[in-house]
Amino acid sequence: MRLNQLTVIEARAGLKAKKFSVVELATACLVQIKAVDKKLHAFLTLNDRILDQAKKLDQSGDDGRPLWGIPFAIKDNFLTEGLRTTASAKVLDNFVPQYSATVYKKLIEAGALCLGKTNMDAWAHGSSTETSDYGSTLNPWNTKYLPGGSSGGSAAAVAADMCLFGIGSETAGSVRQPAAWCGVTGFKPTYGRVSRYGVVAMASSTDSPGPLTKTVADAALITKIIAGHDVYDATTSPRPVEINPNSLQGENLKGKIIALPKEYLIGEASGLILEAVKVFESAGAQVKPVTLMDPQFTIAVYTIIQRCEVSSNLARYDGIRFGHDRSSFSYEAKNRSLLGAFSLSTGYFDQYYKKAQQVRTMIIDEFDRLFKQFDFYLAPISPGPALPLGASKTSAMFGELQDVLVEPSSIAGLTGLSVPCGIISGLPIGLQITGAQFDEQKILQVGHWYQQQTKWHLEKPKL
Amino acid sequence: MKVNVLHLAKLVNMPLKPGESEKLQAGFDSTLKAVDELKKLPTAKTKSTFQVTKLQNVWREDIPQPERGFTQKQALSQAKKTYQGYFLVPRVIDDEA
Repeated sequence: MRLNQLTVIEARAGLKAKKFSVVELATACLVQIKAVDKKLHAFLTLNDRILDQAKKLDQSGDDGRPLWGIPFAIKDNFLTEGLRTTASAKVLDNFVPQYSATVYKKLIEAGALCLGKTNMDAWAHGSSTETSDYGSTLNPWNTKYLPGGSSGGSAAAVAADMCLFGIGSETAGSVRQPAAWCGVTGFKPTYGRVSRYGVVAMASSTDSPGPLTKTVADAALITKIIAGHDVYDATTSPRPVEINPNSLQGENLKGKIIALPKEYLIGEASGLILEAVKVFESAGAQVKPVTLMDPQFTIAVYTIIQRCEVSSNLARYDGIRFGHDRSSFSYEAKNRSLLGAFSLSTGYFDQYYKKAQQVRTMIIDEFDRLFKQFDFYLAPISPGPALPLGASKTSAMFGELQDVLVEPSSIAGLTGLSVPCGIISGLPIGLQITGAQFDEQKILQVGHWYQQQTKWHLEKPKL
Repeated sequence: MKVNVLHLAKLVNMPLKPGESEKLQAGFDSTLKAVDELKKLPTAKTKSTFQVTKLQNVWREDIPQPERGFTQKQALSQAKKTYQGYFLVPRVIDDEA
């Protein structure tokens, strides 16, 4: 096994035992990036100082920080001081931030090393990475297919072992869906559990940063580090972080009551989800079918809320203090800004924005009732595997349609995992394990347990 | 519902390229038709949700946070046009009174 193929936990153990140096570990990732990224296009900007930074760590010695010496990739909508940040949008083509996002700062303070910035849908507007102003990332399992999005670059980088872990962000599925399509683990913490400070805003009322990793155990470790209250983001929760990556073991599924929403079993992925359900049942869990609101309604709610918030967030880009002027916006940003402005305008506000926010309350209430009776729910992440290149151009609502099965959880601010649970026609499928707000530890324990029972997360694309 | 795309583009200051307004128009028509599905749900007595974790009235002390302040040099470092230590902005006021 090459060093770049290690999990975070394995690499930390190897560094601690001095089996290899930080320079060797970072070099293994850089060699892999050089070998495969010309084909996959996961990275937009590389950190050309990483080997110097690695050397410095080697010289000062392992100080026991949880991510000491671990190379990672981060989505290009996280501000990184001194390292170009574009959010895959030409408007920000020349933007070098003067400060860093809280998530990035916490990772660096924990000893991690940034390899570079990963490709995404421009402004995160999409679920394919195909709307990037710099061209699409390709799926490592089959380069004729999309990696998913919007965090497609980070997902492909993890799947192709170009890094030990990746960071993404999701508004509705943008961590979990590319994780599913690229066959890696993706975790969406509760809204407000991880700070949005310094993340290029998409829809501020649902944006949630999260990790893309090779295992659930790694996802727990990373989330523990990036989670927590942030004085610079008033929407972060003051609740203590109850994630303990050291106590994931020993989950007992006996007696757990799991919901299986009937409306979510659509598409060709559902067969593999039912196979996964059997794994839970054989461990003594009770899996009961439930009826939830038709996800078609959540598509409508999400579409309105997202476009309204986009329209407000993109209004700030004028090319005066940073970036280029508004003539650099590409099509999808115009599409969303204009429709958002329309939905918020006098005479239409009640009909669209207010209505969507009311239905949002109905969705939240429905989940509150569900989690009074059930520990969590299982479903596909996406109705099927990755779609072929070009698919995102077929519909004005492509992203919403692909994320239909994760949108309800995002609208309600829940926490959820995507874990690999099978392969269809050579492309991976993701299982959704979703729980109530702030139930991160429970969901991570269950996901870790699932990865102890199955080997799907160990499957790798042939590059 | 007919959306006036050109008027909206002017309001949100989004310059359109040739052919984009027609494509946007078609996309809006299909999107608004899809979101009109929500009319089927009764919401007359339902409150709106703006903050999903139910936080409210989050305040902080009105004091400077120097650790995240920029020096003038840093603030200007990304600007295309500056003048004597200030941002240079496009003229928005006409000469005529």
